[in-house]
Amino acid sequence: MVEELFIQGNEACAKGAIAAGCRFFAGYPITPSTEVAETLARELPKVGGSFVQMEDEIASAGAIIGGSWGGTKSMTATSGPGISLMQENIGYAFMSETPIVIVDVQRGSPSTAQPTMAAQGDMMQARWGSHGDYEPIALSPSSVQEFFDFTVKAFNLAEQYRCPVFVMADEVIGHMREKIVIEDDIEIVPRKRPEKTDDYLPFENIENGTTPMPAFGDGFNIHVTGLTHDERGYPDTNDPETHDKLIQRICDKVLNNKDKICSVRSENCEDADIIIVSYGAPVRSAIEAVNKARANNQKVGYVKIDTPWPFPDEQLREIAGNASDVLVVEMNLGQMYYEVDRALKKDANVHLMGVIGGLLPTPDEILEKIEKIGGN
Amino acid sequence: MRTEIRICGFGGQGIILAGIILGKSACLFDGKEAVQTQSYGPEARGGASKCEVVISDTAVDYPKVQSPDILIAMSNEALIKYIVDLKDDGTLIVDPGTTDVEDVRDYIEEHNIKVFEAPATKTASDEIGLKIVANIVMVGAITKITKVISKEAAIKAIEASVPKGTEEKNIAAFEAGYALIE
Amino acid sequence: MSQEKQNRFLPYLREDRLPHIFCPGCGNGAIINAFLAAMEKAEMDFDNIAMVSGIGCSSRIPGYLKCDSLHTTHGRALSFATGLKTANKDLDVVVFTGDGDAASIGGNHLIHAARRNINLTVICINNNIYGMTGGQISPTSPKGSFGTTAPYGNQDTPFKLAELVAAAGATYSARWTTVQIENLVTSIKDGLKNPGFSFIEVATQCPTYYGRKNKLKTPTAMAAVMKANTVFKSAADRMRPRDLEGKIVVGEFADYTKDEFTESIDKLSVEKSGNRTIINSAYEREL
Repeated sequence: MVEELFIQGNEACAKGAIAAGCRFFAGYPITPSTEVAETLARELPKVGGSFVQMEDEIASAGAIIGGSWGGTKSMTATSGPGISLMQENIGYAFMSETPIVIVDVQRGSPSTAQPTMAAQGDMMQARWGSHGDYEPIALSPSSVQEFFDFTVKAFNLAEQYRCPVFVMADEVIGHMREKIVIEDDIEIVPRKRPEKTDDYLPFENIENGTTPMPAFGDGFNIHVTGLTHDERGYPDTNDPETHDKLIQRICDKVLNNKDKICSVRSENCEDADIIIVSYGAPVRSAIEAVNKARANNQKVGYVKIDTPWPFPDEQLREIAGNASDVLVVEMNLGQMYYEVDRALKKDANVHLMGVIGGLLPTPDEILEKIEKIGGN
Repeated sequence: MRTEIRICGFGGQGIILAGIILGKSACLFDGKEAVQTQSYGPEARGGASKCEVVISDTAVDYPKVQSPDILIAMSNEALIKYIVDLKDDGTLIVDPGTTDVEDVRDYIEEHNIKVFEAPATKTASDEIGLKIVANIVMVGAITKITKVISKEAAIKAIEASVPKGTEEKNIAAFEAGYALIE
Repeated sequence: MSQEKQNRFLPYLREDRLPHIFCPGCGNGAIINAFLAAMEKAEMDFDNIAMVSGIGCSSRIPGYLKCDSLHTTHGRALSFATGLKTANKDLDVVVFTGDGDAASIGGNHLIHAARRNINLTVICINNNIYGMTGGQISPTSPKGSFGTTAPYGNQDTPFKLAELVAAAGATYSARWTTVQIENLVTSIKDGLKNPGFSFIEVATQCPTYYGRKNKLKTPTAMAAVMKANTVFKSAADRMRPRDLEGKIVVGEFADYTKDEFTESIDKLSVEKSGNRTIINSAYEREL
């Protein structure tokens, strides 16, 4: 049955998790993400799932990794301070190739900063937050519908690539209410159980650069560690080749599938002199700014990045390569701006409109910035 | 057409629910688009509360209210604070029991504001016997005055939004509010 | 090697991972033997046991045992174990940890796991020192003992772990030393059977670091000192605090039953959905 609801972004995220098959949530209360936990505390018991309020975010990240090895799709939701605390265990999940979903409803930062205000200051935490080399997947929703859809997608990607996936939302999308439509034929990627053979190796390259994972209790008796390990999962910490092979594979399984993972959307870019690039809530302002500009015969287009990580540089070059100027609008003092600049600097002048303070930039503010760029 | 609505008052008056009902009516039952947002802050019950709704025939891109077409004030403090954002020729609906429009008379005249008085709190107490349904009385008044949502949609949205078992009282409150304005 | 001489627990080990990394004279071997003996006595199904550990020498134990094992981040084993047990309530989850892992970096998780009375069996191998990183003092190092970070003697007051965990709400808590292996086996067995949070602290020798830093050169010397300092709880209850300074009180500190955490989650699921929580749901397309 198709369901139409008028709900908050955070509630939509929780409903998306349940639709995707999430049956375990562990989290710690933090504004502005708390409604995700509250909704799942109410809904999970109704579908045979488990909700645990942990003692802190470090424990929450640990618990969902344990839950995932227990054979259950698992998620946590938090905001900046919590994401900071989770980083070591997030690195463990990359190293141990554990599918988990981490929702970050971003607020003003650094430190405690602005708990009830919007920001996009954790984008590099999603990229580089834990120590070492790994390639994260992150999705940024721009509407309540997308917060639902991207949460489902995050679970699917986590299963396909056996890795943590971030949903990088923000306070605007988390707290606003909009209509969402929940279809009855949502595509779900179930976990694949490996064949029980004598030569099964839990950490090798079989499919998508990884291999199907068993649950604890399935009789595989596997060892999972954050130490550098061989294909059996056994620690081998001093052999440079073992480390190189493992980390390259963990990175390559995402990088080699970028064409399948990355997603961008664009409009009015073909003839545009100026292209606005944004993700998350600011996309809403960008679209309205483009509509106003076009009504005024200004050649302005926009690119919406659905997947900040892995960064869709090729798609961006294809769409925005011909524009003379590109304006990155984001709610920080320049994070994805550097990625856009890296991808486009040979072709376009890349400008930053970095907005902090907690308020979504308005369409008029973006148009003002465009005027300035045009004037120069 | 894009209509921006701001409802404000004290925490505990059901300001947020009133806004949710407007949004729900528009996009689930009137076939329009709507976005509802609200102020979050360390505000205790009894403090200032603000809820905003954008209703449009087409997609609502920028989701926030910048200068409302319609301002509904259920406290004098909120009236004074937010009247200055109201658009020229805009609509102001106040609860005369909790506000005093004389305090903003200059603005009303300078900006050609249409003022409506809907005694929501008094009506809720006197006609329904429940002061807490003042917000729903106000939704009735808003529906009648602004026609931004249809009466049928409003009733369906109220039924879908209020606690089970309280539907009848709330519909009665809505009707009472609807009847307040000629 | 003849069949008679082969260790009877060898079938439980990942032989392809041997030799192990433990130093000569380390208590970990005796504790592994005690665990396996207790598991057999408790008539546990080894195939249903999943082990979780953090970081440190003791946390390497699950890697040598032929069962599902999760070797996690430092101090966080109990949070991973909480998730694992909650996701699959049918698993018997055993946690191996040490004094630094459980009581220092993981202290908060320890008290909260005990408070929840989640059905985990935790074996905390307390050697009073950080072995893996080379002999730094830990939260259980005795006052005045020496470590590489306490060159003038430890000035901190140690935690009493078994008592701490009992006070935090565990339904089973005990302490023994590697000198009282039989008592240890019995406690691990009781802990495995206890349907709640079970904490078994084992005071053990680290001849390589604690011994060398504290002029106890051999494992035998360390065992002798441990034995001499041991006081049974029943006797300790009648002693004055100052007479107990530097002593190792052994015995049980909690042994009762109360509501268990994952059972309560299951009950809620039955109440709200009509069924227990779903196990292995990640593999299902339709839920």
